[in-house]
Amino acid sequence: MAERVAGTAGWMGEAPARVDGPGKLCGATRYAADAKRDGVLHAAVVRSEVARGKLIGIELDPGFDWTGIVVVTASDIAKNVVAEVEEDLPIVASGEIRHMYEPVALLACEDPVRLERAKAHVRVEVEALPAVLTIEQALACEAVIYGTDNVMRRCGVEQGDAPSAIEASEVKVRGTYRVGHQEHVYLEPQVMVAWWDGDGVHVEGSLQCPYYVHHALVHALGEPNDRVQVRQAVTGGAFGGKEDYPSVIALQMALLSRKAGGRAVRIVFDRKEDIEATTKRHPARVELQSGCDRDGTLRALEAKVVLDAGAYHTLTPVVLSRAALHAAGAYRWEHVRVEACAVATNTPPNGAFRGFGAPQVLFAVERHLDAIARELGMDPLELRKKNLLGIESVTPSGQVLESSVGVRECVEVAEARSGYREKRGRLGVGNCVGSRTVRGIGASVVLHGAGFTGSGEERLKGVVAVDLLPGGRVRVRSSSTEMGQGTETVFRQIAAEGAGVPFDRIEVAVPVSGIVPDSGPTVASRTVMVVGELVRQAASDLGERVRREIEAGGGDFAAAGDRLLAREGAVECKRQFVPAPGAKFDDATYRGVAYGAYGWACNVVEVEVDLDTCEVKVVGLWTATDVGRVVHPVLCAGQVEGGTLQALGWALWEELLWKDGRIVNPRMTSYIVPTSLDAPPMVTELIEAPYERGPGGAKGVGELPMDGGAPAVAAAIEHATGLSFASIPITPERIYDALQKAGREARS
Amino acid sequence: MKVTLKINGETLTLDVPPMMRLIDVLRDRLDRTATKEGCGEGECGTCTVLVDGEAMNACLIPIGQCEGRSIETAEGLSSAAEPTALDRAMVERGAVQCGFCTPGMVASVRGLLRRVEKPTEAEIREAIAGNICRCTGYKRIVEAVMAVTEPAEERR
Repeated sequence: MAERVAGTAGWMGEAPARVDGPGKLCGATRYAADAKRDGVLHAAVVRSEVARGKLIGIELDPGFDWTGIVVVTASDIAKNVVAEVEEDLPIVASGEIRHMYEPVALLACEDPVRLERAKAHVRVEVEALPAVLTIEQALACEAVIYGTDNVMRRCGVEQGDAPSAIEASEVKVRGTYRVGHQEHVYLEPQVMVAWWDGDGVHVEGSLQCPYYVHHALVHALGEPNDRVQVRQAVTGGAFGGKEDYPSVIALQMALLSRKAGGRAVRIVFDRKEDIEATTKRHPARVELQSGCDRDGTLRALEAKVVLDAGAYHTLTPVVLSRAALHAAGAYRWEHVRVEACAVATNTPPNGAFRGFGAPQVLFAVERHLDAIARELGMDPLELRKKNLLGIESVTPSGQVLESSVGVRECVEVAEARSGYREKRGRLGVGNCVGSRTVRGIGASVVLHGAGFTGSGEERLKGVVAVDLLPGGRVRVRSSSTEMGQGTETVFRQIAAEGAGVPFDRIEVAVPVSGIVPDSGPTVASRTVMVVGELVRQAASDLGERVRREIEAGGGDFAAAGDRLLAREGAVECKRQFVPAPGAKFDDATYRGVAYGAYGWACNVVEVEVDLDTCEVKVVGLWTATDVGRVVHPVLCAGQVEGGTLQALGWALWEELLWKDGRIVNPRMTSYIVPTSLDAPPMVTELIEAPYERGPGGAKGVGELPMDGGAPAVAAAIEHATGLSFASIPITPERIYDALQKAGREARS
Repeated sequence: MKVTLKINGETLTLDVPPMMRLIDVLRDRLDRTATKEGCGEGECGTCTVLVDGEAMNACLIPIGQCEGRSIETAEGLSSAAEPTALDRAMVERGAVQCGFCTPGMVASVRGLLRRVEKPTEAEIREAIAGNICRCTGYKRIVEAVMAVTEPAEERR
């Protein structure tokens, strides 16, 4: 793809070099663990080692020298809660142990070697109880660990009468689909430092959402807002893994520091602790039943979605909402019933991960479409094209799609670029390309609601401020964070265009609570579309004020700006989110406008399967993604490519293995993420069906690339081998087993 | 023990425990924090440095083995003030996102380019196979290297 050359202005649509690039490249950029802090105390967490039980007692070995070691347990904490969606997660466990890696004691010490020794001298006595470790065990209620039936949360979406319509349909298909945990493996593990001084408590760390952390600190520590300051350090990847979890370690460090008389206390997770203790993608079981006409017209879908929440709520209720609202996929169904629930298990709480409930249900519905196509003897992509949502279509929540539906173009472009039709005929079962290798091609079509679900944006009421600085410079203040996706660069582009000044005149303030306004969290594909539009509006207001000054007194932008500043002292323009007129969502009934806009994508994947080793090599990946408007072609494509590779990893290699509530493979040696040799050649097409309420028409792109990769891989493997997998990851072992089974069935 | 070695061309004599890891010497003793720790067991490649020109994981090297050797880190291999063609290509072409893998990636690429002037795409992918990047999908890293080396053949 030809990249547009960066223009002098660097406005939307151009590709200015990302501003944080050079510092990261030569290592001058300091991440949270890089900052030198004299006298900092190192922190460690003692964990339960039992999946479920009663905490009887914690004893510090009297034979060990505890001098200079700070210890915090639940008995030191007045308000032991990490405030998230609910208030069930303790900072440190007290009384009950609900998962294997539950923190029971916090330690800090200047000498990391003594700290490590001290950990071994904390004696934790736990009376073990029978644990609930899977969705099936939770639903069977052999042990009840939450409420009366282990169900933490339920929600549902209903349109028409799906059960009757399925009953009356010419063709009925049912299937059960399963996906497992996925670990983020951001390259920079979790890091947090906290200290106290006369101004209150300060925390700095690798995090996505400064105001989430701020809220949790204010809530538990009982300090007023202005005595809690949260600063985002340069963050080395997050993908949702630093959305909610940083609140936990921020509180832990703040408590240790308070007990240490305010000295700075820092925790740097090693990879094993990071994989074990932090949140992951929710495993899911999705049962689908559908009815359609013989000609492939989809009529009705019934979905029963179960998410494994783990031991505490974290963000599960919101993940569940998104799962329920995406369960019907990118298609027109007259009748839909989605019943979704999240169950509690004695595993570490699951949380946000790029896609946030959508990849799980989209894997299911996309595999289900393939099953329907098989039943009808129809090409799977033709079936999809026949039923795509379009302008004026109605989604399962009753939302009428009024604009920005580029899905048909996505499908047409991906189909053409990949040679899907020709390869679908030439490749496939029985058509060996090597002596023992087969190839296949498969496709998926997905949508992703951009911004917070339902009334979320209306509740958040995000704010952005833009300041005029001397010399005609402009500063953007927002709580949207840079974590690799390019916020700092695209916000400069948007603000430059809004204010009518060149790219290099714009600064972006480091997100520090109290200094930047609360623009909401950096999640949910909302940064460009929602916060970016506020940036554009505020910058445009500022540009307008300066232009009026130019008209009144002459001079250029810088001179007029300096006059304004001299006269008024400070020039600040603020904008706050205003919901679209008439865009209402009922949180009780799940009816209404679920998302301001949807991103759309078609993924086509070509695989080669070795019939001896059962290894799958992805040999081609074509994506066409409707992002509304491309703000930065290089960064936007980078989101698509990186996100899609995470999806391929989830489909083929990434699997957390569990034994009695413990993770068997908590290391990068054994939890396998894709390398440069696993990554296929990628063709990335960006489609623009503009959304009138996003900056220049832009919609969210962050999560959408995670949605379509896994089902497309499974479809390609099915085309190549005839094996239809309803769960992932599709490892060589599973292919081997399936081939053996197919062989036995063929012989008998 | 006393260890004399070169770091980014500068000869240093350090008094260090022989089993101290090279990554800790760089980060904690010398405050050269370009070299990152992502896993501590040689799997992720974020701590990749050049040892006598060869890419190695600094988390797996005891400093006692570095006597007389030349260590090069991203601080010496890249520059923000005077960027090389490769530096510029990596930034402009989207090879950098969160940046945590980037210094190690730079070391592996530089190591390759010392051995092979015009590497093929396959050679580039092989050279960075030990450097996990979770952000980019690798495509733009490979393209950035190819843009400055213009390989004669096997260009996709």
